[in-house]
Formats: sequence, C-alpha cells, structure tokens
Amino acid sequence: MAIAVVGALFVLLPLAAMVSRVNWPQFIPLVTSESSLTALGLSLRTAAASTVLCVLFGVPLALVLARGDFPGQRLLRSFVLLPLVLPPVVGGLALLYAFGRQGLLGRSLEIAGIQIAFSTTAVVLAQTFVALPFLVVSLEGALRSAGSRYEAVAATLGARPTTVLRRVTLPLVLPGLASGAVLSFARSLGEFGATLTFAGSLQGVTRTLPLEIYLQRETDADSAVALSLLLVVVAVAVVGLSYRGPGPAGSCSKAALSKGTSGRVAT
Amino acid sequence: MIPAFKVTALLAAGFVAAALSGCTAPAGDGGAGKTLTVFAAASLKTPFTALAEQFEARNPGTTVTLSFAGSADLATQISQGAPADVFASADTRNMAKLSDASLVEGSPRDFATNVLTIAVPPANPASVGSFADLAKPGVRVVTCAAQVPCGAAAKTVEQESGLTLAPVSEESSVTDVLGKVMSGEADAGLVYVTDVKTAGDKVKEFPFAESAKAVNTYPIAAVRTGRNKDLAAAFIATVTGPEGQKLLSAAGFGTP
Repeated sequence: MAIAVVGALFVLLPLAAMVSRVNWPQFIPLVTSESSLTALGLSLRTAAASTVLCVLFGVPLALVLARGDFPGQRLLRSFVLLPLVLPPVVGGLALLYAFGRQGLLGRSLEIAGIQIAFSTTAVVLAQTFVALPFLVVSLEGALRSAGSRYEAVAATLGARPTTVLRRVTLPLVLPGLASGAVLSFARSLGEFGATLTFAGSLQGVTRTLPLEIYLQRETDADSAVALSLLLVVVAVAVVGLSYRGPGPAGSCSKAALSKGTSGRVAT
Repeated sequence: MIPAFKVTALLAAGFVAAALSGCTAPAGDGGAGKTLTVFAAASLKTPFTALAEQFEARNPGTTVTLSFAGSADLATQISQGAPADVFASADTRNMAKLSDASLVEGSPRDFATNVLTIAVPPANPASVGSFADLAKPGVRVVTCAAQVPCGAAAKTVEQESGLTLAPVSEESSVTDVLGKVMSGEADAGLVYVTDVKTAGDKVKEFPFAESAKAVNTYPIAAVRTGRNKDLAAAFIATVTGPEGQKLLSAAGFGTP
C-alpha cells in the first residue's frame, strides 16, 4: 500500500509541479493564441485520422494474431509491437528511409506526384506508426479473453465466417476495440519524436501541439506550460474515457452481451 | 503471493536506494580529483571536446564533464539548479537570462561568432547557388523557427535583404535543419558555417554575403552556484586564450 502511494506520487508530483507553474491570469490568452489553436486543431485532426488508420490496419492484425495459427506468428507480433519500445525518433528515421524523398517508396511516390515529406500526411503516418500497437494489444487481449467458444457455436448453428465476425466476434470485443482506439488517439495526440524527425515543423501543416510546446519552451516558458496543461487535460479526459468504458463492461456485461448476440444468431 | 511481494519490495527498495545515493553524491567533489562541469551550446561540441582534453592534460587530476544541448535548454537547466560550473551559450539572449537573474559570476565574455550559410545536398537537386535562389518557387527550404537563435538570424537576413522565404519546415534546432538537408528531404537549409564543417561532404555549402547582417555572438561565464570557481576561471581563460581561439577557428567560428 505504501509503495503504491509512492508510485502514485511519482506520477502525480511532477504534474502537480507543472500545474503550480501555470500563469493563471494569462492562461486563456496563452492557450487561445493563434499558433496554439492552430496546433491544437492540427493535433486533433491528425490524431483522429491516425486512429481511423489504426482501426483499419489494427483490427485485421489483431484478429490474425489472436485467432490465427501459423508459423512466424510470434515474430509478427513482436514486429507489430516494436514501435511500443522503439524510441520515436528511431521510428521517424525508419519512416524517413521508407517514405522520404530518397526513401524506399518515396522516390516512386514522388514520380507519381505524391509528396509525403513536410506534409500533414507525414504527421498522420508517424502517429499511426507509434499508435498502432496500442490498438492491436488491446484488441488481441480482448479477443483472447473472450475466447472462441461463441464463435464455434455460431458456426455450428450455420453462421458464415463473415456473419460470425460481424454478429459475434466484433460485438463481443467492442469494449476492447473502443479502449484500443481511444489509447491510439491519445498516443497520436502526444506523438513528438517521429513527427519531428520525419514530418518537420510548420505552423498549420506539421506543427502539432507537442511540437508547438517544444518550440514555445525556447522563448516563452509560460506559454509552453499552459499548452502542456492543455495537452495533459485532453490526455486525461481521453484515457479516463477509455478506462471507464471497459471497466464495468469488461466482466459483467460481457456475459450479457454474448448471451444477447448468441441469441440473435440462433434466431 | 508473498515471494512476489518480497521481490517487488526489494526492487522498490533498490530503486529508492539508487535514487538516494544519486542525490547524496553529486559530481564535483570527488576525493582524488576535481570535476569541472561545462554546459555548452551544441554547436561547440567539436572544439570544446578537444579543448577539454587539452585542459585535462594540463591540469592532472581534473576531469572535465561536458554537457551539450540547445542554449535555451541549458539556461533553463542551470536556472533550475543543475550542477554546472561553466556556461557557454550560442547567443547573448540565453546568457542574459542567467546574468539578469544573477546566476553567473561577473559579466560574460564573448569568445566566438558564427554566421549562417546555405547548405544543400551534395547533388544539389534544386540547383541552388545563391541566397536569392532560396526564394524561387519549388525550392524546398528548411530554416530554424524564429524562436531559436538560428531562426532569428535567418529572419534578420531575410529582412535586411528584402527577400521573403517560404520554408517547408521551421525546425526547433539547427541540427534538425542539417538533418533534413543531409537526408535529401530538403533542397536547401540555412545553417551555421560550423555545422557545415561538421557535416563534411554530406552537404555542399554556398556562403552568402547577406549572412554578415546577422552575426551570432557566443558568450561564456562561470556559474555562480558552481563548486570549482578557480577551475572554471582557468577553463574560461583557455577558451578565450590563443589555444581555444585556434581550435574554435579551425571549427569555423569567427572572432568576436
């Protein structure tokens, strides 16, 4: 218990220290300055876009990892989860060598008239790269704990695989998917290193809120602290939302949910 | 359950012990020799590393610890109590932050200057050859943001020459600008002459006359809270003396 308190303090103390440094009389003007609002808007838009990409790529990946049985599965999982432990700046370099102008795909893209370097697309790619594992991990965990019994039952009752996926598997893991998506969104919102390395930093195009904070810190500590607090508030709201979702839904309503879905399949 | 708890407790105890010992044994007062901690702007890495070696050789038993980062970061760290003996800034603004707060000894001494130059990838894909070429449409220029010294210098040059650049990216540090040029992402970047020296043949340089309108001055000073005042003064004397100046000019710096 005492250790838990120390652990909690370890996280809370720096945040409290930051809050104590906020210049409250100037807070509203600082966070509503043109550059701040532009950065916040860009952050929200790019994080939303990368969350959509994470769901698009992450759901099939999680299904394959949780339900599939093939050689190299563990290796695939390790690679998919790699961005979790990779320093973001390394991710940025890797993206640069893939999608940059001199990169593996970048040259072909350039010929096709697509320029990724220094564009908002580059920001979304960087965010998706670092956020995808969060969705895959959450969803794979949900899939594994849900088990495949209900799917097997649905199949024996004559449901085709797509129907099973749509009517049984996905509703069953919806809380896991939702919390994974929310975590991906939060991670995208906080993405800094890969964006800085890969996308650059230009107001309204690639300078997201974390990059704006990093830049403001050079000259205007008050503004940097105010923006940091804004980012913390958004992150806390987002993460809070995600953990409230699956919390009660995780154990009690799973049974109810699966009962409901299997009932519907049977009819 | 109990063994698992014991392991956790042991780990936690170890962590706390490590943290405590880190706090109670700060660098700077070792029994055998003395440690001089120098906080220097990132652009000073090459000459200061060589200088520190010379200084150690001349003062046996002395260890010089160098910490390189952006000047604003270093100034913030020192004002928050970081254990530095000497601070060498890449601009007068960040040094002024500390001297205004009475955090440095006496008045800082200017020891070097630096000017901007145009760096392009070796193949020079956009055929840049002059400062005016940077304003041509289709040329992807990367500069520093106006909030950092290299960006402020770029803005001054723009204003003085009446040319307006439309950078594709405004980076927070000059090394990021150089990185974008070296990787070929940018067609050209405004960096310091000293950065081009460090980059060697990974970039091509086009010096331009307009750069003389924005000369960055590097000041150095001893930190008031430093533990080794005499060593700090000796190190500053070395930097401003002939030896230091020789190394600085070899790295591309000018004399103030």
